[in-house]
Amino acid sequence: MDTQTKGIKAHLAAHMRDFGLLFALIAIMVFFQIVTGGTLMRPVNITNLFLQNSYVIIMALGMLIVIVSGHIDLSVGSVMGFVGALAAVLIVHYNMPVAVTVPICLIAGAAIGGAQGYFVAYWRIPSFIVTLAGMLVFRGLSLWLLEGQSVGPFPKSFQIISTGFVPELFPASWGEGLAMLFDARKFNVLSFVLGLAAAATVIRMGLKARKRDMDYGIESEPAGLFWARTLIVSAAIVFLMFKLSTFRGLPNVVVTMGVLIMIYAFVTERTVIGRRIYALGGNEKAAKLSGIKTERLTFLAFVNMGVLAALAGLVFAARLNTATPKAGFSLELDVIAAVFIGGASMSGGSGKIIGAVVGAFIMGVMNNGMSIMGIGIDYQQVIKGLVLLAAVFFDVYNKNKQG
Amino acid sequence: MALKGDIMTILLEMRDITKEFPGVKALDQVNLAVKGGEIHAICGENGAGKSTLMKVLSGVYPAGSYDGEIHFEGALAQFQGIRDSEDRGIIIIHQELALVPQLSIAENIFLGNETAKAGVINWYEANQRTSALLKKVGLKESPTTLIDSLGVGKQQLVEIAKALSKDVKLLILDEPTAALQEGDSRKLLDLMLELKAQGVTSIIISHKLGEVRYVADTVTVIRDGRSVSTLDAKAGLSEDQIVRDMVGRDMSDRYPARTRRAGEMLMEINGWNVWHPEHSERQVIKDIAFNVRAGEVVGIAGLMGSGRTELAMSIFGRSYGRGITGTVKLHGKEADVSRVDRAIKAGLAYVTEDRKSLGLILDETIRFNTTLANLEGVSKGGVLNANAETKVAEGYREALRTRTPSVFQKVGNLSGGNQQKVVLAKWLNTSPEVLILDEPTRGIDVGAKYEIYAIINELSAQGKGVVMISSEMPELLGMSDRIYVMNEGAFVGELSAEEANQERIMSLIVNE
Repeated sequence: MDTQTKGIKAHLAAHMRDFGLLFALIAIMVFFQIVTGGTLMRPVNITNLFLQNSYVIIMALGMLIVIVSGHIDLSVGSVMGFVGALAAVLIVHYNMPVAVTVPICLIAGAAIGGAQGYFVAYWRIPSFIVTLAGMLVFRGLSLWLLEGQSVGPFPKSFQIISTGFVPELFPASWGEGLAMLFDARKFNVLSFVLGLAAAATVIRMGLKARKRDMDYGIESEPAGLFWARTLIVSAAIVFLMFKLSTFRGLPNVVVTMGVLIMIYAFVTERTVIGRRIYALGGNEKAAKLSGIKTERLTFLAFVNMGVLAALAGLVFAARLNTATPKAGFSLELDVIAAVFIGGASMSGGSGKIIGAVVGAFIMGVMNNGMSIMGIGIDYQQVIKGLVLLAAVFFDVYNKNKQG
Repeated sequence: MALKGDIMTILLEMRDITKEFPGVKALDQVNLAVKGGEIHAICGENGAGKSTLMKVLSGVYPAGSYDGEIHFEGALAQFQGIRDSEDRGIIIIHQELALVPQLSIAENIFLGNETAKAGVINWYEANQRTSALLKKVGLKESPTTLIDSLGVGKQQLVEIAKALSKDVKLLILDEPTAALQEGDSRKLLDLMLELKAQGVTSIIISHKLGEVRYVADTVTVIRDGRSVSTLDAKAGLSEDQIVRDMVGRDMSDRYPARTRRAGEMLMEINGWNVWHPEHSERQVIKDIAFNVRAGEVVGIAGLMGSGRTELAMSIFGRSYGRGITGTVKLHGKEADVSRVDRAIKAGLAYVTEDRKSLGLILDETIRFNTTLANLEGVSKGGVLNANAETKVAEGYREALRTRTPSVFQKVGNLSGGNQQKVVLAKWLNTSPEVLILDEPTRGIDVGAKYEIYAIINELSAQGKGVVMISSEMPELLGMSDRIYVMNEGAFVGELSAEEANQERIMSLIVNE
């Protein structure tokens, strides 16, 4: 028993960052659940929480890759606003069908990212400067596109990108029965089943990775800790999905987000291109001399960021049902903060998708919780700033202690 | 400046110094006695504890954090930090120079110690004093010259001038010639002897035993955190004697025996010209032609700055220079080496001179670094196979005897020799036919060097061609089947192993 607790302690110490982040999120959620008198975890609020943060999370996925590759993108807020404006103008003013507008907007995002990436990758202009320019340019262009006005509303077919919910595929009687059982007004069975499936996947993948590690004699985390962590995560998923099921079900945007998170986690951790991005950020010269086309990779990181910023722009516009010149204003800072809270390093080469997502949720829950409590925007900014500083301080402190 | 030292008085004595880190005893009752006015060399393999000892001495590890006593000028010294030891006249010049490149020589020399009144710097005085100091170290540069524009050798001299400005009593040079070419090294060593004549006591830490023999009066050898012997060098000391104490065993052969077998022609390079990437009128490589046969180790000798690294990098995917012309033939057919990935595919591998900044990703694991240049080999459809990666990394760990608990260690935590093995593993994993090794044993201790040599021999026995660039002449002579001599961007001679010796190589370089 003694050696076992020692193993758990040692493992916790070695993986302070990952566990610290998870515990911080849980602690923040519990805290706000208590101080808001249970409002935080009400189904309607959980739905809002996801809708409010979906675009930050979508952009954080791209930002993580940009930051891992050793760069930064300050333009994402403006690009997001610009693409939302573009969509509004095309749909509302030019009556273009949604099915045509969406691809055009995504391509526009790719082109914007590509243009910025071109200067960063092939001309070696610091990304800070290129994207600062981009931030100003696209802020201005959205104003010009919208002529300073809000443009809307959007047709239903566009709104569902954000505010739609997954349909019920199970017989209505099932839902009614479960609703009675759980004393809820209604119950979306499909959402709940998807939640159970997601939780099962988390457990299965965890076990698989654990078995692989053991086969190769990699010191894996103690069994107790593994199960505690895995069960907490899967229970949280089931709990959230249950709550969502008793409201309107799973929002479409959560499905989009979930799929994107899985794809990006897979790409960064398991593929050749992902590996090369970490190598590029870790030591560009060494990566280059190992045959990696570093310029092209940097360029692609920005193209990818542009596409995700465009997608976020569509989601944002669809949620507000209007495109405003102010959309996405200073949002790049939230996105960058999420990535750094999630443990990415400013110098590139390290950081994980899941960290960025949790980082975004930490920011999101705090925004939401403080708003419910009626804390003014002034204090909110101060608190968010301090949390960012604390998270990064925690990182540096840990590193110094280990070194 | 210190008083003209009486050779017999002990200036510094470190008694029974023991320093422990969690889980490791870095120093175990080390004794060191430095006499006033002498040059005292400290030798030892990497990780033997030389740097730790100097950190104890300079107060980086403050008094109380170690056991044992330091006596300086006959009194017990308890330094709490570098400032304390510097105030007493103990000054360390580290391997990595601590100069600010954008500032002038004078600004650097008086940095933190400005000749100022009420915060206003008296530049006239600063420049004048700097001139005097520069004369002392044999530099003709103006005090207002920017550090940026000086070579490493001259920067080293500026560091020494800086030390002299602080009224130095004990000057400590940590691997001062590691980055210098022969001529500059000699100048630096001569300067040490000159300072000795003026009464300055110095400690030199060095891997290069020839230098130690050249300057040192006394040699203390440290092994595994203990001081194993103190040798009198004035009476004449053989390198083998020092090596024996350093590694704890006899090393009669510093180079493993190799059987020569030059097979078929592997790589031929003809008419290779390269121009400087920024100053396009400057030709860096001039019409070079050379070849490597299967199973051959071909050495390239030359001073630093002669263009050896530039030659290697320009061949390897045009990683250096512009306007490159010439042909590379592999197995008699012209090969496309216009990009790094193409050069790798053609069968070339290049082990860089600077493994930390060009060869490795220090924050990543051994496994990550081992597979990096050939991710195709451990993936399918762009998806990595973690098991295959581990297998590959484990395979090379065993084959090259990399000392590490597992392949999941960060390479930044490994010693120089083991890091070099990881770099070699990375390139062996690309199944190259010709390996270009640029300073493959720089900064590696004697034992690990021998292992690297054995690996090189193993590769040539497998029929691979090896091109070895090295500043260490004995190493080139001990390992190569043929040696090309390079000077100012051109080959000035080719010597077979039988013909080659240090004098002939130097005379080829000098006579050009």
